[in-house]
Amino acid sequence: MTTDDVAIVGIGMHPFGRHEGVSGMDMGVTAVRSALADAGVQWEDIQFAFGGSVSAGSPDTMVSKLGLTGLQFINVANGCATGGSALFSAYNSIKSGMFDLGIAIGFDKHERGAFRVSTRASGLRSWYGASGMALTTQFFGMKINRYMHEHGITTDSLARVSEKAFRNGSMNEMAWRRKPLTIEDIKASAMLSYPLTQYMFCSPGEGGVALILARADKAHQYTDAPIYLKAAVVRSRRFGSFEVMAPHIALEHNAGPTADASAAAFEMAGMGPGDMDIAQLQDTESGAEIMHMAENGFCEHGEQEHLLAAGETEIGGRFPVNTDGGCLANGEPVGASGLRQVYENVLQLRGDAGARQVPNDPRTAYTHVYGAPGISGVTILAR
Amino acid sequence: MGKQVPVAEGVFTWPADEPRLLGSTCTDCANVMFPTQSSCSKCSGQSTEVTELGRTGELWTWTVQGYPPKSPPYAGDVDPQTFEPFGVGYVELPGELRVETRLTINDPAQMKIGMEMELTFVPLFTNDDGDEVVTFAFAPIEQETP
Ligand SMILES: [Zn+2]
Repeated sequence: MTTDDVAIVGIGMHPFGRHEGVSGMDMGVTAVRSALADAGVQWEDIQFAFGGSVSAGSPDTMVSKLGLTGLQFINVANGCATGGSALFSAYNSIKSGMFDLGIAIGFDKHERGAFRVSTRASGLRSWYGASGMALTTQFFGMKINRYMHEHGITTDSLARVSEKAFRNGSMNEMAWRRKPLTIEDIKASAMLSYPLTQYMFCSPGEGGVALILARADKAHQYTDAPIYLKAAVVRSRRFGSFEVMAPHIALEHNAGPTADASAAAFEMAGMGPGDMDIAQLQDTESGAEIMHMAENGFCEHGEQEHLLAAGETEIGGRFPVNTDGGCLANGEPVGASGLRQVYENVLQLRGDAGARQVPNDPRTAYTHVYGAPGISGVTILAR
Repeated sequence: MGKQVPVAEGVFTWPADEPRLLGSTCTDCANVMFPTQSSCSKCSGQSTEVTELGRTGELWTWTVQGYPPKSPPYAGDVDPQTFEPFGVGYVELPGELRVETRLTINDPAQMKIGMEMELTFVPLFTNDDGDEVVTFAFAPIEQETP
């Protein structure tokens, strides 16, 4: 620990899933109150907040429920990296020396079914959506189809990722989908976007997460088990990468924003992929987890086929991935999703993950989000 | 009634004997983009000119839209009883770019990365004037069997 480090000293979550009659904002408030209790602080102690929500209202209005203390409250909206961006902003607010104690909040509540894309908000013209192409699910189908062709990944691997996710989710009381499914069930479910079936996709959902951050040298005032945030990075796409919502892609190849964010985070933390004990990787669909294992530097392209077959990314495996069931089992309330990953890593590093606690006594943990229009966020935690 | 109209102006030449997609070429670095845009995504240059893109290329990747998209934004058939899954892919136009496009085929058994494709047009819906609104698509080039 150095004096300018940042620690996570309190975590709170509202269960993910579908909650009739509960607003997204109220889920955020529940998460904040549970994070305050976890850190043993009062709302009036919080000096600043960054709040993110894509579809459930302006986060700063939650102060009318939490208390009008006059704190600095900034709303963050950054697509699928909304939660990661709130955390990045909170991290820098403490690292800069401006504040000692603050909170990153994410919550959301989406309509049922696939995400409805606003072509205008995405900088695209209406013919694109009108013609049937503005669907994130298509991108994931096309990206993994090409990847399978180039790197020899099979449908069995796609199903194995989902099987693992629902098994891990069954041990997570905060998860939405808690029923284990067999590889056969997963492969036989409706084909939504070839080669991806219904149970290979996560669904837009609901939930909230809050994380309280403090200057590392003051962290022991709040917790016996501070978890240090060693890196928080957000990157957008560069020329030549293959992204969601792209009417064209260039012939020139670029590895994409995930590879960039990952490399920058490892440099910031002074660590490498081999130093990580567990990871939560964006699994909007099961192919994404596979591709993101390699894009984040945890294996070579194509190696995932045997890593999955050998169970290496299971909770008891050499390198556990998506220990809480990921987006597949938790669903994706966009504003909260990236913070859920960090919440899970804090539990695992504290040794508080219960039935799904990884047995390898983890000291380091990695998170990664990816989303439209080609943005990735990475964090590295250590205890 | 009876005439065909394009889904939008400026996306492809229409009417034309042999319609083509309209892209932009950067006058500074020759980067080609689709649809047209006034500045360059590669070099940040602010001078582009409209180019007609090639009509044929190889299928680079593909999927099949298996469920009715939400409407809006989708303008085609969303009735679950009559919805026909449709292919979507990227076709690599040599020396230009890979364009995202509807495909005229929707059977995974027929679809192969690398297959030769050519530009065509498909009906989307009939508008209030009774005109058939069309958008672009790519179709397999029939290979002569030896
Ligand atoms: Zn240029």
